[in-house]
Amino acid sequence: MLAPVRTVVTDNGTCPLLSVQPSRGLVDEKFQIVIMNLLPNQEVTIYCLHQSEDKDFWHAFGHYISDEDGIVTVAKDKSLGGTYEGREQMGLIWSMRPVPGSRSGLRLRKTNVLTPMVIHISVYSGHLSEGFSEKTPLATSVTERWYVAPGVQRVNVREKGVRGTLFLPPGPGPYPGVLDLWGGGGGLVEYRSALLASHGFASMALEYLAPEELKTVDVDVSYFERAYQILQNHPKVQKDNLAMLGLSFGSAITFSMAAYSKVIKPQCCVCISGSHVVPIDKSVFEAFEEIKKHANKARMNEENQVIQRDLILPIPSDPALKVDVGRIKCPFLLVNGGDDQNWASVESAVDMEMMMEKAGNRHLLTVLTYPDAGHLIEPPYSPHFRATNFMLQEMKEKIVMLWGGQTKPHAYAQEDAWNKILAFLRQHLCFSSNFAKAKL
Amino acid sequence: MAALTRIPPLLLAPSMPPWGTPLAVAWMKNYHPLLKVIPWLTPPSSPPWTPPGRPSRSRASSCLNVSTQKRTCPILSVHPSRGLVDEKFRIVVTNLPPSHKVTLHSLLQTEDKDFWEAFGHYISDEHGTVTGTKYESLGGTYEGTEAMGLLWSMRPVPGSQQGLRIRKRDVLTPMVVHISVYSGHLSQGFSQKPPLATSVIERWHVAPGVKRINIREEEVQGTLFLPPGPGPYPGVLDLWGAGGGLVEYRSALLASHGFASMALDYFAPKGLRLQDVDISYFEKAYQILKNHPVVQSDHLAVLGLSFGSIITLSIVAYSDVIKPQCSVCINGSHLIPFDKNLFELIEEMKKNVDKLRVNEENQVIHRDVILTTPPDPPVKVDVGRIKCPLLLVTAGDDQAFPAVESAEDIEMMMEKAGNRHLLEVLTYPGSGHLIEPPCSPHFRATNFNLQLTKQKVIILWGGQTQSHAYAQEDAWNKTLAFLREHLYFN
Repeated sequence: MLAPVRTVVTDNGTCPLLSVQPSRGLVDEKFQIVIMNLLPNQEVTIYCLHQSEDKDFWHAFGHYISDEDGIVTVAKDKSLGGTYEGREQMGLIWSMRPVPGSRSGLRLRKTNVLTPMVIHISVYSGHLSEGFSEKTPLATSVTERWYVAPGVQRVNVREKGVRGTLFLPPGPGPYPGVLDLWGGGGGLVEYRSALLASHGFASMALEYLAPEELKTVDVDVSYFERAYQILQNHPKVQKDNLAMLGLSFGSAITFSMAAYSKVIKPQCCVCISGSHVVPIDKSVFEAFEEIKKHANKARMNEENQVIQRDLILPIPSDPALKVDVGRIKCPFLLVNGGDDQNWASVESAVDMEMMMEKAGNRHLLTVLTYPDAGHLIEPPYSPHFRATNFMLQEMKEKIVMLWGGQTKPHAYAQEDAWNKILAFLRQHLCFSSNFAKAKL
Repeated sequence: MAALTRIPPLLLAPSMPPWGTPLAVAWMKNYHPLLKVIPWLTPPSSPPWTPPGRPSRSRASSCLNVSTQKRTCPILSVHPSRGLVDEKFRIVVTNLPPSHKVTLHSLLQTEDKDFWEAFGHYISDEHGTVTGTKYESLGGTYEGTEAMGLLWSMRPVPGSQQGLRIRKRDVLTPMVVHISVYSGHLSQGFSQKPPLATSVIERWHVAPGVKRINIREEEVQGTLFLPPGPGPYPGVLDLWGAGGGLVEYRSALLASHGFASMALDYFAPKGLRLQDVDISYFEKAYQILKNHPVVQSDHLAVLGLSFGSIITLSIVAYSDVIKPQCSVCINGSHLIPFDKNLFELIEEMKKNVDKLRVNEENQVIHRDVILTTPPDPPVKVDVGRIKCPLLLVTAGDDQAFPAVESAEDIEMMMEKAGNRHLLEVLTYPGSGHLIEPPCSPHFRATNFNLQLTKQKVIILWGGQTQSHAYAQEDAWNKTLAFLREHLYFN
């Protein structure tokens, strides 16, 4: 399409053409970065800069050498150094970290999902590892990363004491529904639900830890049942086509509800980095109390980061101390990180498999284990945080929590897990049993 | 080839968009102001679609819930969901039954509140999939394998006013298009039937980070669009046609491709008479662009469309100030030189007002006003004086300007003068006068304020939709490549 590249070297060097496609994409979409009109075999650094809502700066960079036509294609060429190495199309996003001099233990989480993450991508001459703000780049492109597709609607849910946010896909509906539960960090985390709605699911992010006017002692099984029913009864949601998705403590809730509740009967469930130890049969407060009994098993490493995985180890053999997963009646997908330092999710999955084998419902279970991935398996290309600041609920204590994981395997896990989660949800919520069988 | 719809009289209100969508809410607000808009109205009941001959069954006993009548929900994906107007998208529908008839439909509400739509008829393959980039449309507003047909074949919905045109005024917001898939091969009544699925996409004229700057310097009025980054950038002076006003979207798009582009308001902008707009107006504009701190003063181009091309050819040939590295003229002519001011230029054209023709549909054909028998010796722009590469984009069915004939004559003149090597001519048979950015719908004739007679007419631009769409896409790619070659790679 373009004329063959002829470059004339002036005193100022060449003016490279940087293209990032798409310039506006969903956070789980890949982009193509191509630089043209460089000199042949020229050393360049591709640099990515983002200012978070908390006003911190995050950055990433890769070192490349142009080919004999003066072209760098990130999807095909190898990064020779920087915050990521090798052939990594999305490395500039998932390897982002706070710029030098930032506060420690930061985490990147979008609060306002209706606006995009704005990312500045620049090309610098030479292989730089610092001082990016003092040098003038050869070219800059700005790209937006969105959690919502156009037409997705955000609806506040404040009903019957339940607090959450519902995201609806565009179009008349009705849509399959997902009840989306985050972890023990609390608050209302919306971005995963927003992204699910962008993929055709009516997804409700539920706030259950320290919602206004509700103490954890009041958040019990009936709270989750009410939330499920609000979703189920929504005019744009298919009543009999629902799923539950949980991360971390949200997974624990999911196990309990799926096994015991007479109201919550989803078509399928997804549990990320969770465990069936500590059933939730009364209130969330009591579940926390139960976990706290083992608080002495928490360890600290040399960097003063808290490791909580041993709290539920060893996995008890007494069934009264675990969710009776033999009672589960719908397909379950477990997603676990092999280097999860926060919950013993891998060991729990092994135990669950045994229990379900005995009970005869093992065929419902699919387990995905990602070696060297940590606890926080987030939407694709989210930067990896090995340890971050964390507020322990109920104790109001600020610590640094070790989540685990190595950056590159963790990034791979996030991308692969998300694709498999979407496929799993589609299989059980969108495709008819006839089609599912026909495809297999 | 899709037949052109006859637009019925202006008595019927435009039909309502798909129920429950934001567009429907907007429609109700516009056309039924007395109705209270209640967002959560249940959509009209429609039986869940089930494949013929296959009764819905509850799921296998592994899931003992409420008896599940499994709905198959076709999955519609349009990628990218947010794109620049010149980016292609990929539409894929999955989870249909095999060999099933469906209609892909697009709906847009313009800033003027009119509704435009397009649709294509498809049949799913044995896997129940339809892929817009690979499969053929068997009918509708476009036919054949056309990845972007749902955009460029758009036309006003039945019942709309005549002679409408889409021109985005606020370029900092996107065009929002609703893409839906319907069961069966429909050609009308889209608002009465609920679609199987809908996706919303945005089409942008600006890439993220592009900056828009008002230019009001001396009497020059325009808008400058700067690409993101520190610069400096090559510059483009962008001259639209005689429609007047300030048309920004092409400059916005050029800035999205790395050019500092200034859209110039020259056709009697505020406070200026036609007599005041002479060559020095354009020279001042050119210098404002050239001297801008983030513009490379030795990497400039002039780009003109229609009347803007007439101006471009003259100023590039004659001005001592305007010396760009290259020029692009779309559907212009050298047969009327611009050497005094706009008022004189139009007076000159008025001498041939009797050459205006009108066809059976009362549409005005303008081309002969320019393609007159020139006096002897002919007064034409001396294109032999042009010293920079020149790209001429011409339309084979241009009914407004004699672009093709002018290009042939320009070629001859430059051959004689010895600068033929600077010229490149692209001719698109079947294309009309208004060669706009890619995927713009084709308008064969639209309402127009004719300067020549100070009358509101319907002017015939020409072109057949499919050829015109091809021309827009190809011409834009070649224009960008031409600008890059002379402003970036040199």
